[in-house]
Amino acid sequence: MTPNQLMFAIFSAVIIIFSILTVTSRRILRAATYLLFVLVATGGMYFLLRFNFLAAIQLTLYAGGIVVLIIFSILLTSHIGDKLEQPDLKKIIPAFLAAAAGMVITVFTILKHNFPQEVAAGTDRTDIRVIAKSLISTEKFGYALPFEVISILLLAAMVGAIILAKKRND
Amino acid sequence: MFEGVPLTWFLITGTIMFFVGIYGFLVRKNLITILMSTELILNSVNINFVAFNKILYPDHLEGMFFSLFIIAVAAAEASVAIAIIINIYRRLVNIDVEKMDEMKY
Repeated sequence: MTPNQLMFAIFSAVIIIFSILTVTSRRILRAATYLLFVLVATGGMYFLLRFNFLAAIQLTLYAGGIVVLIIFSILLTSHIGDKLEQPDLKKIIPAFLAAAAGMVITVFTILKHNFPQEVAAGTDRTDIRVIAKSLISTEKFGYALPFEVISILLLAAMVGAIILAKKRND
Repeated sequence: MFEGVPLTWFLITGTIMFFVGIYGFLVRKNLITILMSTELILNSVNINFVAFNKILYPDHLEGMFFSLFIIAVAAAEASVAIAIIINIYRRLVNIDVEKMDEMKY
């Protein structure tokens, strides 16, 4: 077993186990903590694939930002001691069947498809200079337009979140 | 170059994570746990993009940029969703999806 395979096995096991715990845990704060483990393991997988910049973004934005936001909203909206009620079997069985059927079909399709076995040769281009230049370039493989659009989206989301959560006096 | 782990392993991990997210989305009743399931789904898609990028086209960066933009959209979505959840909690003192059966009027 090569080091890459070993690290992949660890991250994959953490992702699968803790994502299942995230959707089945009956204590909501624990579910948020399990989600944090899943996100950190995903960041580890990006490090494994040598996408260092993306992994840093994953850790700061997801694990550092969104999970903290979720935990704050949990603390605002629910009591810590409370357990979520167990969903009834009438709801679990169809949901489980739908998810399992989808999973079986997708895994079957992936295994049947012939992906190229050997790794494509090429140089790593995850240098931060290359990333920065592509983000502001308007040439081919440049991402200037989506970059600007996403900045407007984030501004709109920020304003919308403030207006929605503001206390209104009507 | 990345060696040792076949592409299908990454895809299968992403698939399992995606459908666990779908299951949670269908089963859960609390709005915040539904939001967490959505985050799982978005993350599984990111793993697929990044693995395709690195293993099939190592001299391009398209998968990485798609993941980057997905992360940004997820951040915007989470902030607006939590603002809506807090607003609902203020009105109904409850964030259970089954008890939310009326709109403004």
